[in-house]
Amino acid sequence: MKYETVVGLEVHVELSTNTKIFCSCANEFGGEPNTHACPICTGMPGVLPVLNENVVEYAAKAGLALNCEIANFSKMDRKGYYYPDLPKAYQISQFDLPICNNGYVTIYTNGVEKKIRILRIHIEEDAGKLLHEGTLGSKVDYNRCGVPLIEIVTEPDLRSADEAKDFLDTIKSTMEYIDVSDCKMQEGSLRCDVNVSVRPKGSDKLGTRCEMKNVNSFSSAYKSIVYEAKRQIELIEDGEQVIQQTRRWDDEKGKTFAMRGKEEAHDYRYFPDPDLVPVVLTDDQIIGYRNSLPELPKDKKTRYINELELSDYDAGVLTSSKYIADYFEQGLKAYDNPKNLANWVMGDLLRILKDEGILPEDMQSDPALMIEALKLVDDGVVNVTVGKNVFEESFKTNKSPSTIVEEKGLKQISDTGELEKMIKEIVAANPKPVADYKAGNKKALTFFVGQMMKATKGKANPKIVNELVIKEIDG
Amino acid sequence: METYKLTLKQTLEKLKKGEVSPSELTKNYIDRIKSVEPDVDALNETEFDEAIKKAKQMDKKVEKGEGGILAGVPYILKDNMCTKGLKTTCSSKILNNFVPPYNATVVDKLEFQGAILLAKANMDEFAMGSSTENSAFKKTNNPFDLKRVPGGSSGGSAASVAAGEAAFALGSDTGGSIRQPAAYCGVIGLKPTYGVVSRYGLVAFASSLDQIGPLTKTVEDSAIVLSAIAGHDKKDSTSIEMKTHNYTEGLDKEIKGIRIGVPKEYFKEGLSADVKASIDNAIKTYESLGAVVEETTLPTFDYALSAYYIISSAEATSNLSRYDGVKYGYRADEFSDIVDLYKQTRTEGFGKEVKRRIMLGNYVLSSGYYDAYYLKAQKVRTLIKQDFDNIFEKYDLILSPTTPAVAFKAGEKEDPMAMYMTDIYTVPINIAGLPAISIPCGMSSENMPIGMQLIGKPLSEKTILNAGHIYEQARGSFPLAKL
Amino acid sequence: MRVSEQEVERIANLSRLKLGEEKKDMQKNLEDVLSHFDKLNELDTADVKPTAHILPVENVYRKDEIEPSMDRDILTSNAPQKEDGCYIVPRIVE
Repeated sequence: MKYETVVGLEVHVELSTNTKIFCSCANEFGGEPNTHACPICTGMPGVLPVLNENVVEYAAKAGLALNCEIANFSKMDRKGYYYPDLPKAYQISQFDLPICNNGYVTIYTNGVEKKIRILRIHIEEDAGKLLHEGTLGSKVDYNRCGVPLIEIVTEPDLRSADEAKDFLDTIKSTMEYIDVSDCKMQEGSLRCDVNVSVRPKGSDKLGTRCEMKNVNSFSSAYKSIVYEAKRQIELIEDGEQVIQQTRRWDDEKGKTFAMRGKEEAHDYRYFPDPDLVPVVLTDDQIIGYRNSLPELPKDKKTRYINELELSDYDAGVLTSSKYIADYFEQGLKAYDNPKNLANWVMGDLLRILKDEGILPEDMQSDPALMIEALKLVDDGVVNVTVGKNVFEESFKTNKSPSTIVEEKGLKQISDTGELEKMIKEIVAANPKPVADYKAGNKKALTFFVGQMMKATKGKANPKIVNELVIKEIDG
Repeated sequence: METYKLTLKQTLEKLKKGEVSPSELTKNYIDRIKSVEPDVDALNETEFDEAIKKAKQMDKKVEKGEGGILAGVPYILKDNMCTKGLKTTCSSKILNNFVPPYNATVVDKLEFQGAILLAKANMDEFAMGSSTENSAFKKTNNPFDLKRVPGGSSGGSAASVAAGEAAFALGSDTGGSIRQPAAYCGVIGLKPTYGVVSRYGLVAFASSLDQIGPLTKTVEDSAIVLSAIAGHDKKDSTSIEMKTHNYTEGLDKEIKGIRIGVPKEYFKEGLSADVKASIDNAIKTYESLGAVVEETTLPTFDYALSAYYIISSAEATSNLSRYDGVKYGYRADEFSDIVDLYKQTRTEGFGKEVKRRIMLGNYVLSSGYYDAYYLKAQKVRTLIKQDFDNIFEKYDLILSPTTPAVAFKAGEKEDPMAMYMTDIYTVPINIAGLPAISIPCGMSSENMPIGMQLIGKPLSEKTILNAGHIYEQARGSFPLAKL
Repeated sequence: MRVSEQEVERIANLSRLKLGEEKKDMQKNLEDVLSHFDKLNELDTADVKPTAHILPVENVYRKDEIEPSMDRDILTSNAPQKEDGCYIVPRIVE
């Protein structure tokens, strides 16, 4: 590859406070247009903003979880521009003194560990939404106006779409862990603008970058980076220049397009908002926020490896989502075989979630169900295969595994007498595999085990069947 | 009884004694308004039906001795303070049909104290001006001389009090907009310390400078109204926590030994001879009352006007960018797209002076100019505040003329700069966030009122009210407008 | 001229104003006022901190407790044009 792709991200995360940033309207997704709005968030004459105390706390915690320095002194500024989704024609944001600076996130992409630096994190208010299907024109809905956001700005340290995706996954997982955002990209609570430039490999000068907007999912982020890097490289190879511009990612078409009328750089005319007073945090307060943080993903992973003796890979998968880790740890309270539990969580729970299209954060199932199923297997009541099937049904129906086993008569058959009878019949009816086995092909045994499972509808105890078959054949 | 001639204090006493009822009082003021408005033209919108209804409710309460410290008293409100269900226009075409669904906090407070809203007063559009000639609707005339301006931007409020249209009025002051019209109209105008009165519901002009305050006939009246409207408001992040806000205590305290500084910069060229003579008299009065009056200095005085116009225009341009024809107010009839909607609406909806300040504000904030203008002005603001702090280390109060000259003739000041210069004595006070009051202290040779300004340290309203009240007692009665 | 005609146009655009015949007047106004501001350069402010807030107030917060939003019909009662509870603007193409 002659060229290197350079990516920087601006990630907007909606904070999951109860109310909006400057007024007491509910901070809720959806709802009929303009039903979560008031004179303050719709910018009526004479109204004034008052800062939500939780916004400062959540922003500081987000910064701490991302290894940032938390500013003792920060302030709010007005960023002026005109757009119908911005009722005051200025957005209250933070310009030169943001609440967090100089952090980083560690990602592991294709086996390589890398630090992605975070330049800053600042607090700002969200704008409303434009709905374009009105008969008289575009419709404006201010429900989202005033929802509190933090904007996480990275240095241009990312070098591929894979790294970008890993970075976003890490941000999402971290925000979930500290419970400051539900990070649902499909609801817009995590959005991202992507800055891409390319340069000859080995160069340390940054190429001209383009900013991409309307990147609404992690897969869009991935695809848009791949597309844009290719587009820029092709331009350069053709002897043309990359123009610095804002481009819109069209997910359906899989392309970026120059945005109309956004070519000129905005003059935002930032100045300190005179209606709001500075945010001053003492070192003690910041320490207090740090102490109140729950165990973060990387610390949890380390603990799983050291204390629970799980592998790096397993620990990584389990801690990738707070909801999976919580499920696992909840289960571990009633079960003392972490490796076994980990296998079931990774192998079965995650598969079921994927198949059913359920996101970990929306999962409603009680880990006790999995523990019950595991114990049934450990106690020999059912075999492993049956146990896992029973768990899956239990997950979907919410019935207890024991109930399912009873109702469907799935108890493992371990009665040697009953099994011997059946084995005798099968061995007698299948001379060829017997001959193969006696000739030294030990694998021929699986044929008989398989036949037994079929005959017992999967309920035979495989270990005992194995022993009895060998006994019968060697006989 | 000509109740419109009574002071607020006298009115309250009569109400208490049952010598007049809220309904009678209200009716008297309504009659008075009808009689003088054709000459003064101070009011944008009257609310007589509502007022009469409210007065009836207050009749019963006042009889029982209930209802708050302003129970049954009619008042007038500058038309830039939001009144729920009643038009609030800021004397601008762009808000000519705006009916807020909420009250300004001061309106809620006055309602709580039993006051009765009679009307919304005319003003310079969006409070930008010094003569009320910038109103999009009409000119208001000075009750002392109908050919002269009442001052601005609270010209309607000041004129209405001078004309006896209400027991008191509320105005707003960003660079002198209460004090200057008070001086021009021969009434008392008080601008409290920044943060003492909530700005919630006051249509913002310059957020770090705006304050609401009373226009009244006497200093004691001013103290009563201030007590009703002051206080912390959790809806205003810039409002101050206060233990008490009863400003009528200690009005009669002796002022022997009080130290008053008179900055020499207020007496340079530009000050009219009449005003100087009146101020000199006032100083003599203070000395006879036992005050120590000395010359002092405000070295950054000459820079305050520039700092003021930079800061206020910058904040104003930002505060006024929300007026775009989308959510409320005037909307142009013809436009091609969203950008054109904004441009057409704002061009048609805003007056000349407002447009000038919007342009100026965007210029001083725009990239490349921010440091030279806005940042510079903020630094000068620090120096001005320091100058005042220095004076207050040695003095309890500052005394100065409120304006360089008396009310000028309508149409006389066409050049914007000349108009801006009329605020030169009041503007530094807003920059420093200090409390100040204008008190009539003499009449000019053309029989126009002259105002004296008393300035105090932050949160020293009681001191300036006390000093003002004692002076007022010594001065004696001040002539009323002959309407 | 300190303020060029182009500058005036740029500022007018930022202000969302159409100046038309007033452009020359506005240009002169800006010039006059800005010349007046030159006076501030007489003051040495190199070591002076800017005052953004005249009050010594910091950390003013509101509790994160929901209060009912305003009824939509009342909230939008001043809207020059609305449909389905939304404010209407000329169609925007993004």
